[in-house]
Amino acid sequence: MQVDLTVNGVRHALDLDPRVTLLDALRHDLGLTGSKKGCDHGQCGACTVLVNGRRINACLALAVMHEGDEITTVEGLGEPGALHPLQAAFVTHDGFQCGYCTPGQVVSACGMLGEVREGWPSHVSVDLEGPVDLSDVEISERMSGNLCRCAAYTGINEAIREASAKSEAAE
Amino acid sequence: MTTQFKMDAPQRPLLDRTEQGVIHRPLDRPEGPLKVSGRAHYAAERQLPGQVEGVLVRATIARGRLAGMNAEEVRAMPGVLGVFSDERFLRNPAQGGAGEAPVQGVREIFYHGQPIALVVAETLEQARHAAANLRPSYEEAEAQVDPATASDVDRPDKRRLDQGDLDRAMAEARASVDVTYTTPPHHSAAMELHASVASWEGERLTLHGSYQMLKYNKAELADSLGIPEENVRVLSPFVGGGFGSKLGISPEAVAAAIAARDLGRPVRVVMTRQQVFSMVTHRTSTRQRIRLAADEEGRLTGIGHEDRVYNLPDEVFSEPTTQSTHFLYAGANRRLGQEVARVNRACTGSVRAPGEAVGMLALEGAMDELARVLHMDPIDLRRRNIPDRHPEQDIPYSARRLADCMDQGARAFGWSPGSRREGEWLVGQGMAAAARINMVAPSEARVTLRGDGTALVETDMTDIGTGTYAILGQIAGEMLGLPVASVDVRLGDTDLPPAAGSGGSHGASSAGSSVFLACQGLRATLAERLGCEAEDLTLKDGVATGGNFRADLVDLLSGGDLSEEGKFEPGETADDASQAGYGAFFAEVAVNRITGETRVLRMLGTFAAGRILNEKTARSQCQGGMIWGIGAALTEELSFDPRDGHAVNDDLAEYHLPVNADCPPIEVHFLDERDEMSCPIQTKGVGELGISGAGAAVLNAIFDATGIRVRDYPATLDKVLAGLPD
Amino acid sequence: MRPFDYVRAEDTGSATEAARGGATFIAGGTNLLDLMKLEVMAPDRLVDITRLDLGAIERTEVGGLRIGALVTNADLAAHGTVRRNYPVLSRALLAGASGQLRNKATTGGNLLQRTRCHYFYDTSQSCNKREPGSGCAALGGINRIHAILGASEHCIATHPSDMAVALLALDAEVETETADGARRMRPLADLHRLPGDAPDRETVLADGELITAVVLPSAPRGHQAYRKARDRASYAFALVSLASVVAVENGRIARASLAFGGLAPKPWRDPEVEATLIGEVPSEELFDRAADVLLREAKGHGHNDFKIPLTRRVLKAALREAAGMEKPA
Repeated sequence: MQVDLTVNGVRHALDLDPRVTLLDALRHDLGLTGSKKGCDHGQCGACTVLVNGRRINACLALAVMHEGDEITTVEGLGEPGALHPLQAAFVTHDGFQCGYCTPGQVVSACGMLGEVREGWPSHVSVDLEGPVDLSDVEISERMSGNLCRCAAYTGINEAIREASAKSEAAE
Repeated sequence: MTTQFKMDAPQRPLLDRTEQGVIHRPLDRPEGPLKVSGRAHYAAERQLPGQVEGVLVRATIARGRLAGMNAEEVRAMPGVLGVFSDERFLRNPAQGGAGEAPVQGVREIFYHGQPIALVVAETLEQARHAAANLRPSYEEAEAQVDPATASDVDRPDKRRLDQGDLDRAMAEARASVDVTYTTPPHHSAAMELHASVASWEGERLTLHGSYQMLKYNKAELADSLGIPEENVRVLSPFVGGGFGSKLGISPEAVAAAIAARDLGRPVRVVMTRQQVFSMVTHRTSTRQRIRLAADEEGRLTGIGHEDRVYNLPDEVFSEPTTQSTHFLYAGANRRLGQEVARVNRACTGSVRAPGEAVGMLALEGAMDELARVLHMDPIDLRRRNIPDRHPEQDIPYSARRLADCMDQGARAFGWSPGSRREGEWLVGQGMAAAARINMVAPSEARVTLRGDGTALVETDMTDIGTGTYAILGQIAGEMLGLPVASVDVRLGDTDLPPAAGSGGSHGASSAGSSVFLACQGLRATLAERLGCEAEDLTLKDGVATGGNFRADLVDLLSGGDLSEEGKFEPGETADDASQAGYGAFFAEVAVNRITGETRVLRMLGTFAAGRILNEKTARSQCQGGMIWGIGAALTEELSFDPRDGHAVNDDLAEYHLPVNADCPPIEVHFLDERDEMSCPIQTKGVGELGISGAGAAVLNAIFDATGIRVRDYPATLDKVLAGLPD
Repeated sequence: MRPFDYVRAEDTGSATEAARGGATFIAGGTNLLDLMKLEVMAPDRLVDITRLDLGAIERTEVGGLRIGALVTNADLAAHGTVRRNYPVLSRALLAGASGQLRNKATTGGNLLQRTRCHYFYDTSQSCNKREPGSGCAALGGINRIHAILGASEHCIATHPSDMAVALLALDAEVETETADGARRMRPLADLHRLPGDAPDRETVLADGELITAVVLPSAPRGHQAYRKARDRASYAFALVSLASVVAVENGRIARASLAFGGLAPKPWRDPEVEATLIGEVPSEELFDRAADVLLREAKGHGHNDFKIPLTRRVLKAALREAAGMEKPA
C-alpha cells in the first residue's frame, strides 16, 4: 500500500507491504542503514529512532502506522565532518567499540536528554517530583534500553554527560 | 619487496626509539565518525541489484533424520523463489582457524536448532512468512541432551596432567579446599546478527559477511561449497561484534552462496536473534572440581583442576578450562583433566577468552576460599604462590607483573574487605587475579608510502570493535614519522594480504607486527635513499633525518609510491618462555538483604599486557571484558530444555546481557611493560584479559558482604536468597 | 508474519465495527508485533486505533483520574497528578521495560500484553495458550519465571505487566466499548481470567470489545510503594513485584492494598491477605501470618520454587516499610 514517510525532514512516497516495519522500511526501502537490527523484538535498542521527538524501537512499529510523523534517524543528527555534539562526544570518549549498537545509543541519548529536559523521573529517581539530577545512575537507568555487548557503557555515559553539560552551558 | 620475520629471539624495542609519539596515545578511532553517524556499513547492509532475501529454517528435534518437508507448498507461496535444503549446508559453524568445512548435511539431525533449509523470496516479509510455514517431517531417534548424564564421554589426552601426588598433598596439607564450581552455557550474543550477502560472477563468489578471521573463512567457505579458494572473496570491513561467534564460517554464508548460485541473483541471509542462539557456537557449561593444598604459610603444595564440558559429536574443540591453572600458581603436585560429554545441543566453541573466562572463575573463587581458611589476605596468598619458573614445564616466564598489578590495584581501589550494612544492602569487597595466555599467529600486511607523503596500510585483518583501524594506523604512523591522519587503513577484504584475524587476542600483536615489519622495510629503503644507516634514521612529521642528512619524505619518494609487505611468523620464543597477560580485579558489591539481588558498586582492573598501543581502545577492551565478568557473575545463563535440548531463553529479553544499569563506571589502569618474547612490538593480548577472572572478584565480594559462597554461576538472587537470614 | 488487512480507524465506533469477526486492535504494537513476527499471533486483520481520541488524562467528577487507553506508559508515568497522587503507578511504570518501549506502549495494550513464557513464544513447543490442547511444555521444562499461584495443570505462565499490578492495588476500573456501542465498566480485578482448562482465553472481553480507558478512584490514603525483584537492575521482567498501598492509623493497619506481579497468570490480589492485616497492630508475627495466607496454595514447579520465600520476604519488607519498622538483624 501507499505510505508517505517523513524521515529527517524529507518526505518519501513508498509502496509497502503492510507487514514492513518502520525499521525495515528505513533500512531496505530508504537505504538508511544507520538504524540497526539487533534483535527485531524491542529487546536491544539498536533500532532506536525519534518519532515526533520521542525515542522508540523502530523494529516494533509498522511503517504504515507512521504516516504523518516526523521521523529522525541517526543520519539526520549529523554526519562525518558535521557531527551532532552527542556523536562527537561518543568518538572522544570511545563510547563504542564495534559500533553496531552505537546509532541506537546516540539517538536514544538524544531522546533521553529531551525527557530529562521535560523533567521526567526515572526508576532510580529518589523523588518523583523533584528536578532531575543527571547522575551516573540516572544516565545508566535511562539508557538501559540500549544493550551494548562490547560493554562500552562507561564511555557512553561519559559522552552523554559531557554532551549534556555542553548543551546546558550553551543555553 | 617483502620483509619477513620469525619470532625466534627477543627483539629490541624499536618503537621506544621512534619519535612520532603516536604509539600508546589515547587517540580516537579513525572510523569513529562513520560509526556514530550510522555510515559504517555492516554485512547485511549491502544492497546489490536484484538482491533477494533468504530465511533459514531450523530442525525441531534433538536427534534423527529429516524425512521430508512441504517444500512444494511453500514454493507456491507469494514471492517465494526457492526452498533449498542441501547436503552442503553446515551443521554448525567451523571452529576458529579450522580453514576447512565443518560437519555438513541436513539429512541427519544432531540438535534442535540445526539449520535444515533456506527459503528465499523477493522480500523479507515473504521469506519470513514462508519459512514459518515450512514443515519438516522427521524420523526421530534417541538423543542425549544432558552433559551430566551423557553416556558418550571423551577424556582428551592433551588436557590431562598428573604431576607428583595430589592426593597425598591434600592429605598432608595444613589447609585445603576441595570444591566444585559450575558455570552455565554462555553466549557471545554480538549485537550484529550473523549475516551474509552472497553474489556470483561466473565461477567467482563474493561474500559480504560478518567474520573475524577472513583467510580461514575464505578457505572454509570454498571447502564447504567444493570450489577453489581463489574463486572466493570475503569482505568484512566492519564487524558488529564477534567475541568468538564469528571465528568460523557459519551456516548462513554457505546457504546464501548455494541459493545465489542457483537463482542467479544475490541472496541476503540474516539470522534472527533466536537463530543466533542455536546456529552459532556458544560456550559450554563447565563443572569444575578444584583442589588446593597449602602449608601453614599458605604456600601451595598441590593444585587439582578437573572439569566436564560438552560439545556435539565429532567436534574437536573443547573449552580449555584449565589453561591458566597450568602456569598461574605454584604447587609441586598437580592434577588436571577434562571430560567432554557428547550431547545433542547446539555447537560449543570459542567465546571470548576460551578457557580462562570460566577456568579463572573457579580457580579464583577457590583461592579466595583458601585465603579464608588460612585467615590470610587473598592478595598475600596469591603473592606467595607466584612461581619463579613454570611449575610444569620448567621454563622462565616472560614479562609478568602480577604482584604489581595486585598491589597497585589494591591501592587505587582502596582495598578494605569486610561487610558493612547500608539500609537494605550488605556491602563487601572481593578481588581476583587476571591471567590469560598470550599467543601470536602468522600475519601479513602491505604498507604503501604514497608519493604525496601519506601512507596506506592494507591487510585482510578485521576490526571487530577491538581498535584495529586505530592501532595499525598508529604503528605505521610511528614507524614512518607520520601523523595518524596521514595514514589510511584498509581492512576486511581477502584480496588484501592475509592476516592472523581477530581471535585469541592475537590480532594486535600479529597484524601489528606485520605492519611494523613492512614499515621496517620501508625505513631501510628510505635510509638508503637518504644515505644513512637504517639504525640512524629518524622519521617525524614527514621529515627524514639520519647521519648528517635531512630530507622531506615527499622528496625521498620523488613522486612515486613505495610499497612493502611485512610477513610475521611465530617462532621459538613461544616455547622458550611462558607468556601471558596478567592483572588484578577489585569489586565492591551490594547485596539486597530482602531479595538477594546483587549490584556492583565499583570495579577496578589493573593490567600488565606488554606495550599498550592505544591507551583509549585498550581501556575500552578491558572495561568491556570486566562487564562480561559482571554478566558471568550475575546475569548470563543460556538454558537448554532438559527434554529436547533446545535453547530456551533464546532472545535478548530473557538471555540477560548486562544492561547499562548493571554496570558501574569501570576503572582501568595499565602498568608500563614490554614483553620482548611476544613479538617485535612487545605487545600482548588485551581483549580477553579483562574478562579472565573478573566474575570471581564479584562473587568473592558477595561472600565478603554476606558470608554466602555461591559456587554455581551466575549468582542470581535465588542462589543468594537461600543463605540470607529471614 | 502472516499477511493481514490493515484498517485505520478514525473513531471508536468504526474501530469496534471493523473489529467484528475477529480482528485485532493495534496501538503501541510493542507486544503484538513481537508475537506476529514469530507467528505466535497471526491476525487476519489489524485495526489501527492510534488515531482515536483516547489519549487524554482527566480528573473525574469524584476526584479520581480517567486515563485514556492510548496514553503511553511514558506519559502516564510522568503525569503530574499520577506522580503526586498515585506514585505507586509511576513507580511501577518506570520499573518496566525501557524508555523506548514506554514511549510506545499504551495503557490499554499493557493490560492485554501476553505472557513471556518461553514455550508460548516458541512455536516448536507445545503450549495450551497458543495452541489449545497441545500441552504445556513449561511443566517439566525451564520454569524459573513461571507462576506459583493461580496456575493450572494446563498453563503456568505469568502475566508480565508492572503497570497492571499498581493499577490493581489502586482499585482501578476498566472502561470498554463493545461492537454494538455499549460502554461497560469493570473492576480491573475482573478483567483477566485464570487459565483453568482454557489458558488461551486470557480476559473476559468480548470479540471486538475495545478498552477505552482506565479509571482510578480518588487518591488513596497511606504509603504507596512498588518493589520489584528481577534478574537485571533494569530492563527485565519481574520475578516478584509488589504494589502496596498501606495505611497505618492509630497504631493499626487501616488499609493494605497489596497486588503482586510475577507470581500468577494475572496481577494477583488476595482479599484474605488484606483481611488478615486490617485492624491489626503491625508486627513481624502478623506479617508472617499474612504471608502464610498469601502463599497457602503456592506451588513451585522446580526452578521457580524460590519465588515462594522471595514473595514472603518482599511482602514483609513492604509492610515493615509502610509501618516504619526496621528489619531485624
